[in-house]
Amino acid sequence: MGERTDTRHGAECREVEATMTPLPSGSKTHGLMAEFTTPAATLRAAETIRDAGYRKWDVFTPYPVRGMGKAMGLRSSRVGWFALAGGLVGYAGGMLMICYMNSLDYPLPVGGKPLFSSFSAFPTAYELAILFGAFGALSGMLLLNRLPRLNHPLLKHPHFALAAHDRFFVVIETEDAQYREPDTLRLLQSLGCVRLELIDE
Amino acid sequence: MTKATNMPEAVRVGPPPHELERPPLIADRPGVGWVSDVVARIAEGPTPRWWWLAFGTALLLLGLFIAMVAYLATTGVGVWGVGHPVMWGWAVVNFVWWIGIGHAGTLISAILFLLRQRWRTAVNRLAEAMTVFAVICAALFPIIHVGRIWYAWWLFPIPTSNGVWPQFHSPLIWDVFAILTYFTVSVMFWYTGLIPDLGLMRDRARTRFRQFLYGLFALGWTGSSRHWHNYQKAYLILAGLSTSLVISVHSIVSLDFAATQLPGWHTAIFPPYFVAGAMFSGFGMVLTLVIPIRKLCGLEDIITLRHIDLICKVTLATGSIVIYAYIMEALAAWHAGQPYERFAIWNRVVGPYSWACVIMLIGNVITPQAFWFRKVRRNLALVWILSIVINIGMWFERFVIVVSSLNRDFLPANWGYYAPTWVDVCTYAGTFGLFFTFFLLFLRCLPVVAVAEVKSIVPAADSHAHASGDSNRC
Repeated sequence: MGERTDTRHGAECREVEATMTPLPSGSKTHGLMAEFTTPAATLRAAETIRDAGYRKWDVFTPYPVRGMGKAMGLRSSRVGWFALAGGLVGYAGGMLMICYMNSLDYPLPVGGKPLFSSFSAFPTAYELAILFGAFGALSGMLLLNRLPRLNHPLLKHPHFALAAHDRFFVVIETEDAQYREPDTLRLLQSLGCVRLELIDE
Repeated sequence: MTKATNMPEAVRVGPPPHELERPPLIADRPGVGWVSDVVARIAEGPTPRWWWLAFGTALLLLGLFIAMVAYLATTGVGVWGVGHPVMWGWAVVNFVWWIGIGHAGTLISAILFLLRQRWRTAVNRLAEAMTVFAVICAALFPIIHVGRIWYAWWLFPIPTSNGVWPQFHSPLIWDVFAILTYFTVSVMFWYTGLIPDLGLMRDRARTRFRQFLYGLFALGWTGSSRHWHNYQKAYLILAGLSTSLVISVHSIVSLDFAATQLPGWHTAIFPPYFVAGAMFSGFGMVLTLVIPIRKLCGLEDIITLRHIDLICKVTLATGSIVIYAYIMEALAAWHAGQPYERFAIWNRVVGPYSWACVIMLIGNVITPQAFWFRKVRRNLALVWILSIVINIGMWFERFVIVVSSLNRDFLPANWGYYAPTWVDVCTYAGTFGLFFTFFLLFLRCLPVVAVAEVKSIVPAADSHAHASGDSNRC
């Protein structure tokens, strides 16, 4: 990939005459993709698109850009609830499991101690709470992100690989209620992107 | 404050004076893309010669390990040196040592993340890999230590026709859950961190095979900010959960000892003492691994001298806690006024294993003191040698705790001297084969540095300032 060496960082992201690649007619479009070279310009673009009222759009960055959640108007992530649910299930499950095994199903008296004590059961239940909390966090993240999804339209686009390298892409989907090709195009152009493309579905 | 009247002058924030200027954390190269080029090159380029040499050696040692376990399983635990009165020998020493090594990885990845220590990003992937593989090595020892390995599954709460369940009053069962949780959560934390970087590797891959394999494990990661948003929250939660693991796992390991009645083991200080020792030894191992890897893999711009310096400082800090624990342990034994307690400590220092105690003190008390000096912290060869001395010292600490407490208990009629056999030694050496086989495969196949995280701390990544230089501070 020749473009890799061509990193235009440090340069002010000015309004550039963006090149527009037309799609072959007849194919369905996924959306409009604008390319940026600096996180600052991308943040500003995200704020503008948020304020313009778009809903089905996204910003693709090689690393999490600080402040992007706010700039895009995202609500606080709900992953925490999944982790909490997992942790509670793990802790309660551990306690119930130990109670059932050592005092109900097969009473196991050890040294005259109570058959079930929440103190001696605590270390195991605590570890299980962490284990299931972690399962909850990871699976919650994947669920909320609708992952795994191996066939995203953007992943087919040859230039999009740079999103993992050093470029920032803003994509507004055609499914957005506000999407009007000339207006949306003009909006993205005005944000100072270096490249603008229609993405095939 | 004397010039409070001159408000505008006082409020203005200028650059720090020269002597307070910190050396850069990461080399200041233009852009962020260079990070992926430097890191991905290790997995993408041709296999270097040193890798084959190291991998061959590791495979030989792994073969030795498998042979030793096979010999043990077919013959019995009598092939080891354990016996009355020292029933826990090298196997338990190695178990505690390896699990302790894992703790530094979790400390770097989780606790330093919560503390917003930005230097962690350069070394956390390596340290987490170290954790995962060290825990594998550790977990094998209790399993083979039961002697009849085919009964090891009795440790798990599996419904069988026996109708017997594990005995959950026992710290040994707590340990099973602690270690398995630690392993599983460490793998999940590691993998979560890897997802964006696997996406990067997928997008760079030239061959179909690599594209497929990296793509499969990247789960279709696109770098979407909506995804990052949930991802960062999940990562934060995993860091929080792993932090409680750092504290709890080695505490539970220490309860294997502390919950017994044996003088020298039955001590309330054991849980924090073990956790501090685990971090200390783990940081020793991080240094042992990171110093050669940064050279061999050309990571000098990402893992800078500043990182080594900071790791040395953490090693010194955790080592100081260990020294404090040594002093408290002796003080508590003396203060208890109990003859057996006093004897246990005395036996450690002047008993038949006093030589092991001396090695322990050299490794853990004297060696880390060198890290007070900046000149030492900047001398990579010296730091590497000292880190190995620390690893040896910490191994002997566990040896001292396990063996010198067991060899002379209440009744002199029970006293005895323990020595390992060649099988003990070869089994321990073999675990290095296991560890390095995994570790070298990791070096060749996966991004060894958390690329996305490092990109977020390079100066060019700052989304607010253009060239303030502020972002390069730790």
